[in-house]
Amino acid sequence: MSSPYTKLPAWADYGLIPLINLVVAFAVAGLVVLLVGENPLRAAIILVDGAFGSGNGLAYTLYYATNFIFTGLAVAVAFHCGLFNIGGEGQAYIAGLGVALVCLAFDHVLPWWLTFPLAILGAAAFGALWALIPAWLQAKRGSHIVITTIMFNFIAASVMVYMLVDVLKPLGSMAPQTRQFVEGGQLPKLGWMLAEFGLKVRPSAPLNLSFLLALLMAFVVWILIWRTRLGYEIRTMGFSPKAARYAGISEARIIIITMLISGALAGMMALNPIMGDQHNVSLDFVSGAGFVGIAVALMGRSHPAGIVPAAILFGMLYQGGAELAFEMPNISRDMIVIIQGLVILFAGALEHMFRPWVQAVFASFSPRSVGIGQPKKEAA
Amino acid sequence: MAEAAIELVGINKSFGTVHANRDINLVIERGSILGIVGENGAGKSTLMSILYGFYQADSGEIKVGGRPASIRTPNDAIALGIGMVHQHFMLVQNFTVIENIILGAENEALLKRSIANARSELERLEREYGLEVDPDAIIEELPVGLQQRVEILKALYRGADILILDEPTGVLTPAEADHLFRILGQLKEQGKTIVLITHKLREIMAITETVAVMRQGTIVATRKTSDTTVEELAELMVGRRVLLRVEKGAAKPAGVKLSVSNLTVRDSRGVTMVKDVSFDVRAGEIVGIAGVAGNGQSELLEAISGIRRAASGTVLLDGKPIDVTGHVDPGELRDRGLAHVPEDRHHVGLVLAFEESENSILGYHDKPQYLKGPFLDLDAIRADAREKIAKFDIRPPNDRLKTANFSGGNQQKIVLAREMEQDPGVLVVGQPTRGVDVGAIEFIHKQLIAMRDSGKAVLLVSVELDEIRSLSDRILVMFDGRIVGERTPDATEGELGLLMAGVEKQEAAE
Repeated sequence: MSSPYTKLPAWADYGLIPLINLVVAFAVAGLVVLLVGENPLRAAIILVDGAFGSGNGLAYTLYYATNFIFTGLAVAVAFHCGLFNIGGEGQAYIAGLGVALVCLAFDHVLPWWLTFPLAILGAAAFGALWALIPAWLQAKRGSHIVITTIMFNFIAASVMVYMLVDVLKPLGSMAPQTRQFVEGGQLPKLGWMLAEFGLKVRPSAPLNLSFLLALLMAFVVWILIWRTRLGYEIRTMGFSPKAARYAGISEARIIIITMLISGALAGMMALNPIMGDQHNVSLDFVSGAGFVGIAVALMGRSHPAGIVPAAILFGMLYQGGAELAFEMPNISRDMIVIIQGLVILFAGALEHMFRPWVQAVFASFSPRSVGIGQPKKEAA
Repeated sequence: MAEAAIELVGINKSFGTVHANRDINLVIERGSILGIVGENGAGKSTLMSILYGFYQADSGEIKVGGRPASIRTPNDAIALGIGMVHQHFMLVQNFTVIENIILGAENEALLKRSIANARSELERLEREYGLEVDPDAIIEELPVGLQQRVEILKALYRGADILILDEPTGVLTPAEADHLFRILGQLKEQGKTIVLITHKLREIMAITETVAVMRQGTIVATRKTSDTTVEELAELMVGRRVLLRVEKGAAKPAGVKLSVSNLTVRDSRGVTMVKDVSFDVRAGEIVGIAGVAGNGQSELLEAISGIRRAASGTVLLDGKPIDVTGHVDPGELRDRGLAHVPEDRHHVGLVLAFEESENSILGYHDKPQYLKGPFLDLDAIRADAREKIAKFDIRPPNDRLKTANFSGGNQQKIVLAREMEQDPGVLVVGQPTRGVDVGAIEFIHKQLIAMRDSGKAVLLVSVELDEIRSLSDRILVMFDGRIVGERTPDATEGELGLLMAGVEKQEAAE
């Protein structure tokens, strides 16, 4: 007989457990704050207030969230195929070249609304290309995708240093970055949207049009995974490669296509800082967003409806954390990294730590809500 | 009446809303063989797991040797002299027999003395019970019958007086099974108590003294084996009359649909599993391939259905070749009218995490009736799934339920419905009723006969000899990768058993 198991109602699975994980992460983080002699409660208030308390704070939070939505979706799409794409960081970094290429070529010629679609294609194409090689190696040679994508992060970093220092840096400039894009390479800010709600936003606040693109992509990914034939094939492969083989789905083809999509999504992340905020390509503009995407995808259960809030949560940690470091001198930037690490640890790596306990509680309170497997009455 | 070795009083166990064991009262007499039969999910395994300490009962009492016992872990069970031989052996494949036997019972950090002790103890056990096995043989090199013997030795080495065997003959040839029964008989003579869990009623009749029938978590009857019949037991298990043998008319074979010649297949390790196999399957007949599991039937099925590439040979479908040695695509074979019900429905035939309706198109998901451009036509898919659910009586009738939540029999019906409803010319079926309850078996067998009667060619692979004999119009016996004989369905079980053991080819592996 099959081993019995309990299943939680969806709201507990997708709401309660992440919430518990989060609370525990913050509780442990609070202990760390206490250790350095600050008041954890006050720190928490500063963190949340810094992220959501003002128009500017919110604009920054959503700006960071934009990055994490793209990279989180990238990781999630690969997850659905059973692939662990650790290479979002490198794919986004290389995609910066695609954006640079388009912007440097057209920013004097075309308006932003013509440059933007081209830049999206450029970013997606370069990101996808960077994912293609590990994908091909996995599909055809069986080289493990985790290893190859990690390696490709390092290669990407070196390539970008070379490109920015030796190729793209304008003559006579001291900084390893491209020239500033003019208007044709700059995306409109979205501060005015927040201003509509009566919030005050500085014009320099970086929230920009890429945020809407990220939301659109979240919807597209949902359609792709759950409503298309390709998504059906990706999920079949992810759950059971043997079943996929049986169903006549080519493993190599699906792995490569999935990784191209994943790389393209990671690549689109480059649009946000480059066209939306800095208006140049500089060293290390990705700054870890590719890795945060892994935590975001884990926390969001690889579902766009979970990824968007998870990305906003991490955006809050980034923005609120910066405020916290500013307000409380004892709490350095490194402390913020510790807090982020704790959230990743509890929400991502230790995702299922509290599950048995929650299940036991549910089972004792209302057995009906968890007992899904009905007695196996066979009836033919 | 003999003394009770184990007494179960009022055992209850629930998982969520599932009442897996309900007020179980059972007395197991010392020095007897007790059979427990029941359909899948009837609660047999749960009951034995409670006895062996994997689960705790919600209420009730276990008495061992007359005294109340608390069994919280398998170690407690072992300390009380209860040993278990699992259906899937718990052996380390690349260890020797003796290493496996002392595993978990090593007395000190260095193994030398433990092994020496085990060796002399093993010799004693072999003398006493006739359980010969080479203590230095590597497990993976032993035939399954001997591996099972090692499992029994493991239990005895730990001082078991009460042996629980869970579906012990699933992987054995009839001859190996007979040998096992002789060993069990000897153990009984020596005063051991044996509990045999099985769904094969014939074994119950052959070896047990008492039989308990379980249905939906309760013991519905306990009978003296000599006072009951197979028919009565089957009826008790299912709760209604069951046809144990399918009724079918004579086959009307027509032209050859599937023709296999000189097919050779290697497995993933490069071992040749199918050796130069040739046969035909005609329209309107069921060809059964009998054999003990692991003699190349699985690889043969996989090669014919395009899942595994063959090393050499040709396969013709409707007279046209299938590229079995090159790039063969299962999807293309489906288009050409070859449907495949795979042996392993959990990992191959179904995606358990999918909704029922999603599984009802697996492999046919690129058919235009399920698609709108690149998008899935969910309305069409679900309507189609509901039709199949009604036609094949899949329960619960819910096309949105996760497939893992269906019982084994209903999962198999999902696969069969999908493959049969596409109206294929050739149906290739592996283990159609493995892990399927008696009631559903009857239904599945009728469907296969109906396929045959409507002029389809059916190739059936099964390790259940009864199934092969009752369904097939011709029986091919596979041993060690070769077809060692063809028989008609009226061949005796003994005759087929000898072929399955490869006796014509070489000395029996006894």
